[in-house]
Parts: sequence; structure tokens; C-alpha cells
Amino acid sequence: MMSANVTTPTPATTSDPVAPVRKPATKGSLVPPRLLPVLATFVLFVLMFGTGAARYENFGTAQTVANLLIDNSFLIVLAVGMTFVILTGGIDLSVGSVVALSTMVAAWGLQAGLPAPLIVLLVLATGTVFGLLQGLIIQRFDIQPFIVTLAGMFLARGLAFLISAESISIKDETFRGMSGGAVTLPGDIVITYGVVIALTVLAIAAYVLHRTRFGRTVYAVGGNEHSAMLMGLNTARVKVGVYTISGFCASLAGLLFSFYMLSGNALHAVGMELDAIAAVVIGGTLLAGGAGYVVGSLLGVLVLGTIQTLINFDGTLSSWWTKIFIGALLLAFIVLQRAALRRRQ
Amino acid sequence: MTEAATAQKPSSTGAPVVEMRGISIEFPGVKALQDVDFRLLPGEVHALMGENGAGKSTLIKALTGVYTIDSGQIRVGGAPVSFARPAEAQAAGVSTVYQEVNLCANLTVAENILLGREPRKAGAIDGRAMRARAREVLTSIGLHIDPASTLSTHPIAVQQLVAIARAVAVDASVLILDEPTSSLDADEVAELFRIMRTLRDKGTAILFVSHFLDQVYEISDRMTVLRNGKLVGEYLTAELSRLDLISAMIGRELGEMDALARMTASHEADSSRVPTLRARGLGRVGSIEPMDLDVHAGEVVGLAGLLGSGRTELVRLLFGADRPERGTIEVDGKPVSIRNPRNAIAAGIAFASEDRKGEGLIADLSIRDNLVLAMQASRGWARPVPRRLKDELIEKYIELLDIRPANPDALIRNLSGGNQQKVILARWLVTQPKLLILDEPTRGIDIGAKAQIMKLVATLAAEGMAVIFISAELEEVLRISDRVVVLRDRQKIAELEGRSASVNDVMSLIASHSDGSTLERNAS
Ligand SMILES: Nc1ncnc2c1ncn2[C@@H]1O[C@H](COP(=O)(O)OP(=O)(O)OP(=O)(O)O)[C@@H](O)[C@H]1O
Ligand SMILES: [Mg+2]
Repeated sequence: MMSANVTTPTPATTSDPVAPVRKPATKGSLVPPRLLPVLATFVLFVLMFGTGAARYENFGTAQTVANLLIDNSFLIVLAVGMTFVILTGGIDLSVGSVVALSTMVAAWGLQAGLPAPLIVLLVLATGTVFGLLQGLIIQRFDIQPFIVTLAGMFLARGLAFLISAESISIKDETFRGMSGGAVTLPGDIVITYGVVIALTVLAIAAYVLHRTRFGRTVYAVGGNEHSAMLMGLNTARVKVGVYTISGFCASLAGLLFSFYMLSGNALHAVGMELDAIAAVVIGGTLLAGGAGYVVGSLLGVLVLGTIQTLINFDGTLSSWWTKIFIGALLLAFIVLQRAALRRRQ
Repeated sequence: MTEAATAQKPSSTGAPVVEMRGISIEFPGVKALQDVDFRLLPGEVHALMGENGAGKSTLIKALTGVYTIDSGQIRVGGAPVSFARPAEAQAAGVSTVYQEVNLCANLTVAENILLGREPRKAGAIDGRAMRARAREVLTSIGLHIDPASTLSTHPIAVQQLVAIARAVAVDASVLILDEPTSSLDADEVAELFRIMRTLRDKGTAILFVSHFLDQVYEISDRMTVLRNGKLVGEYLTAELSRLDLISAMIGRELGEMDALARMTASHEADSSRVPTLRARGLGRVGSIEPMDLDVHAGEVVGLAGLLGSGRTELVRLLFGADRPERGTIEVDGKPVSIRNPRNAIAAGIAFASEDRKGEGLIADLSIRDNLVLAMQASRGWARPVPRRLKDELIEKYIELLDIRPANPDALIRNLSGGNQQKVILARWLVTQPKLLILDEPTRGIDIGAKAQIMKLVATLAAEGMAVIFISAELEEVLRISDRVVVLRDRQKIAELEGRSASVNDVMSLIASHSDGSTLERNAS
């Protein structure tokens, strides 16, 4: 929550006497200022990827990008849901645990002999209802999303353990098919069904955010919730809606994760909610809400994935360096965002 | 400009579109409304009058479903209603501009106008049609800005016009305007009135709130007066004299207030001494042409000019809210480098900006906490303010400015709009600055309090403070100022003796440089 304060764009809740932005946007510049953060992330991705391609053989191929997507398809879906929540100025800490719960429900159900399609529906319904309940509590009782989803995080993880404290492996044919199955694109690039699903979710999310009233209201709520309410927008529905979407995305990510891992484990995805938040923030979305794009979140995931891959390729660095790099990057991005906002004033 | 003939004649006297009976609302510790009746007829402009905190905004919010009423009955179009949310009121044909400009600054102008009713094609929002429709609406209210621009890039007045555009963009049977004119200049007000008349003649019922009596008399057909949350009465504008209106609002005779209002700055500045503020060649590209400005201790310098002439831009440079690109500033003869507001505050400059929301009142804290924060910030955190001094100062300014409720522990967010404005003023006054910059300090403040603020400014100057005073009301500027600096197109075009200059002098000065495009205001 500290970082939420750092990026607050309006001085309304501080004693800083500077009036808000009032200068007209620079006309004629090539990119509108609101796209700058996404562009910055894109440039960063290209630079990092370029570094890898220059240093390591076999790095600079389209398949490396495809592998990035394959290894992170669940994180993309998670980050998409998280983007909705963060755009309203909220946060969802429960998603990592919901991923774990989903893998457990799937593995346990399959073990019990339930048909795979039913399992898929069951998992998605669980996550969606979980998100819906969190949203209702946040909206009805006007409680901080941080607290509610923190509780949700413990609850979901606990439920996963309740099913089994042991890892359950998945032997179901359909799931194994999803895991091993692949789509070959022109140029012999291979991606999994998981990537197709993740990118579809991303496209739908972009459409919903930019072309529907629900989506625009998400941005309005993030900009100024009270104003949005007075403007006659249905802010209650949107607030509940974004947590429901996030819950749905978390359970879908859980399914993708169980395709990827082929096991259910209550210890899966520990801390993955933080990876998702990091991806969204690195993707240029303001933690205070009201500004950002899902495409940015995709780029954020790719940046995180590239760091991981670079370290794997290097082979001499311990994997903890990933965390250190991500931490440094996150800090740099938040500071940059702040500086950009200042400049615009 | 005035069309007195049409203003006197309500074009319709049909059954009321809005009827409120026995409305009561109580907030913890405040009876905001007690047994208030109100009705609104189709085809009339109805002014809701009363002092700051009288309950005007509360009555409006009771109607539109922001607040739930404790007792009473509301009918819209004859049918009993109880809106749970503003969305429901809007659906029933009640379109509202609330007192605080309530828009989303992070979205585009077009979205702010059409949010919730965007034109759609095959279920998806049609961006092109939306911008076209927004442009249409903006043009109809005489505002020429790019609908695709982000709202936050526009000044407050433009944002207020955008809020009005949003309200008139729908065919509503009831239009509510809670102090829509507070940051508009004369041309824009005239434009707004033209639109209001057109709508009224089409049968729209309009509820209008303003503290400018001239405007109220020009536009309204009927008035309802509230005092301390109670109904005083309903009158035909043509049958109620200003004096009677004022005494209905404040509940006493005008005598003492009139004396206040007529008070002029009676102090004498000593211009031979080193000026408190001396700015030379101060400017910033795209904001203000380089100019000189002196303000002496005990002197009130007014800035006159149309909206967009650079009044606010100039003082933002002085305060470091925008970084000056050229020029020098001296305070008490010592050069100071002002790069940000902190430097300015350290140099003894205070700036009460025109933007109430952005002013940094902390809505969830009390009046006392807000004032203490300001005091503490100005002294630096290492030197605590003695408790007794704190309490004394806080009490002094609550009384001087007549902040209501006069309870230092009242939360800012629960104060009426006008009273919040007074706390902002108090916040700067407690820091006891050398130079006080007031940008539209009387906006949204009732006439009684206005007179008090003018008196306060005069007193502060007499005690040796240097003051820069900005107001859209030229009379006000001329009355209070020793010297008036006239701005046009971001340049200083003249300096006049405040007390001898007349409104006409200033207007003709501005007009003589004018090319007649003042309404054609772009965002820049
Ligand atoms: N949410 C609230 N909680 C507590 N008190 C409130 C709340 N809203 C308004 N009040 C109180 O109700 C009274 C009426 O306020 P209201 O905003 O209706 O005044 P107003 O007539 O619109 O004044 P102004 O001209 O200053 O805008 C004030 O005393 C105010 O402090
Ligand atoms: Mg009000």
C-alpha cells in the first residue's frame, strides 16, 4: 500500500499546495502522453531482448518470445484481471491463492473421476464466485480492498490445504492434451493452447475496457469514484464487477497453471499475486487507478519473463537475481511514473 | 444583455414537475433541512437562495438521490419517487450539475460529456460518433475545445462548462445547476443564460443556485429562500426587492452589512519603501510574457483581465506552482529563487488558489487539523506551535471568517461548499504570510461572508501585509485594490489607481486591445 501513495496523481489528499495539471497536452507530439508509459515498457522489453540476443546464441529467435508466452500464459491472464482491479484504484491479493485452490480443485476432481469439462466449469465457477463475494463485501460494507482480499488470500490458500496437503498429480487425458498440445504458427513457431487462451482473454479485456460502458466506467471509478457516482454511473456494479472478473481470471489462470504443471498443490503460486501486480505496474498502470492499458500488462509480463530467461541463459547467476532485478525495475518504474506526472504539471 | 421582459414572465404555470413536501435531513449534529417544501414548475428558472450552509446543496442532493431523506415526500412528474442513486434521478429526467465540478479528470472531454450514454454501434462504443456528438454539444454552449483532449488539461472554468455541457446534452425535464457560474466570466455567464432561456422556453424546469444577486435577478422567475435549513418562503422574483431578499436570507436587516460592503480600502501604502515583492521580467514561455510587478507592504494590488488573460498564470509563477523560466523575484529586497511552492512558502508567500478541490484541504480531517497542518508546515517541523497559540489563531479565524459550524472539530467533508472555501482562506491566513495571493477568494461565498472577506483583506493590508487580489468580479477588484494591474493576452497592458478607476475604464482598456475573439477560447 505504500506504493499506492507514491503514485497518487492528485494532490487532493496531501497537503501539497500545488494545483493539479492544467497545461494543455502538447499538441502535435507523436504519441499522446497517456500512451507514454506503455511505450516505455515496450522499449524496455526490446532493449532487454536485444541484450539477450546479442549476448547469447539462440536467444534472438521468435521461438524465444513464444516460449516467454508459454511459460507465462497464466501470469498474463492473472495480470489482465488485476489490471481491471487496479484501474479502479483497488487491489486483489487473493489471486495467487485462488490459482492454488483452482489447481487443487481440478486435480482432486479429476482424481475423483469427474469428467474434465465439468471440472473446468467447476473451477471457473469457484473462482468467479470467490471474486464476486470479495467484491460484494468491498462494495457493500465499503471496506478497503487490501484487507478484504488479504483475508481472501488466506481463505483460498486454507481451502486448498483442506482438500489435501499433498500434491496431487493430474493424469487426465484432456488435461495432458492441453498441456502437451501445440499450435504451429507460420515460421515453425510453436505455442500452446494456453497462450491462445491467454491472448484471447487479453483481446476480450481490451475490447471490454475501451469499447463498452462497463469498461469506461472502470476508468471513471479509478479517476474519481464520487464524481462517477454523481454522474449517474453505476459504480457499485463496476466495483463488484472488477473483483468478479479478477476472480474469474484467477481461476482460469489456475487451469492454465494445472495444464502447465500437471499437478494440484496447495503450495502452487505462492506470491504470484505480487508478480501480477508487478507486471501491471511495470506495464504503466497507475496504482492509484484511472490510467493504464491491458497491453501494458502483457508487456509487463514479458519484461518479467525476459529477466527470468536471461538469468537462465546466463547459468551462473542464482535465480534469486530475478527477484532482485524485478524489485529494482519496479522501483525504477514507479519513480519514473511519478517524474512523468510531475513533468506534466 | 438583459432581457428583462422574458425574465419576468414564467412561460408556463402548469403542474409542478418536482414537488418536495416536508423534507427533513439530519446529519450527525446538524439539522441540514427541517420540514422544507419546494416546488419546481415546467418552463421556469427557479433560484434557490440562502447563505452558506443554508441547505441548498443538501436539498438538491435529497432530490437526486445522493442523500436519503429522513422524512417528507418527493414527487417528480406527479409520481412519488425515492431515488436511491443519482443514476435513477437521471433516468427520470433530472439532470444535475453539482456544486463541486464532478467529472473525471483522467478521461477525455467527450467521455465526460457522454459517459453512461455513449453512442454505440453494434454494442460497442463508437468513438468517432462520440467525439462528433460531444463537439456538437460543446459548440452549442460556445466552447471550442478538442473533445479528445484529457479533461485535466483544461482550467477550472472550462471544466465547469464541460459539466454544464454534460447536463444539457440530454433532453431532461428538470435541469439543476448548483452554482454553475462560480468560475465563469461575464461572457460565459451570458452564454449560459442564453442556453437556460432557450431550454426554459422549451418547457424545461430549471433550478439555479448562485450567490451573485445580479445573475439571480437577471435569469430567475421565482425564488425559494432557505435559512439554517428551514424554508423562509417562495417569491416571484419580480415582486421581491434585493433588500427584502437579503434580509430573508440572513434574517436581519441589511444595514450593517451594507456598511461593510461599501467599505473601501482606506489604508495608505508607503511606496517609497522597499517593496515586499519585486518581480522583474518574470515570465514563462506559453504562459506569461515577461513582466514587472511590485507589491508593497500594506498594499492591495488587484489583477484585472478576462478569463485566460494570464491572471492565474502570473500568480502561479510567483508562487512557484509553475516554474518561472526567466526573471527575478525579490522579497523584502532580498533576491529569492522560487522554483517550487515550498520555496515560496519559505519566503513568506501564501497562495489561496482558485481550485478548491486541488487546494489540498484534507477532507477527512477536522477544521482544526487542517489549520494546524498549515501552521506547522510554514514553521518547519522542528519548531512545534505552542498549543495556546494554535487554539487562539484557530478561534480567531473561525470567528473572523464566520465559518459554520464554528466547531474546530467539524470534518471538512461535511462543511458546505462556501464554508470549505473559508477554511482554505483561513489555512493560509494562519501562516501569517508577508505576501498573500488570493485567487478568486470570494467564489461560492454568500454576500454576507463576501463583505466580511473584503473587510478582512483590508484589515490585513492595514496591518502591513502585501496582498494580490484576483476576482472575476471587476467591481470587487476595484473596490479593494490600491492599484490594479490590467492583463490581456498574457501581457500587462496597464496599471491603474484602484480607487479612482472605474469598471468602464478597465473594460475599455481591455477592449481597445481586443480583437473580439474572447469567447473563442481554446484550451491553450
Ligand atoms: N454529509 C454531511 N455530513 C454532515 N453535515 C453535512 C453534510 N453535508 C452537509 N452538511 C451540513 O449541512 C448544512 C447545509 O449544507 P449545504 O451544503 O446544503 O449548504 P449550502 O446551502 O449548499 O451552502 P453553500 O452556499 O456554502 O454551498 C451545513 O451546515 C453543512 O455543514
Ligand atoms: Mg452548496
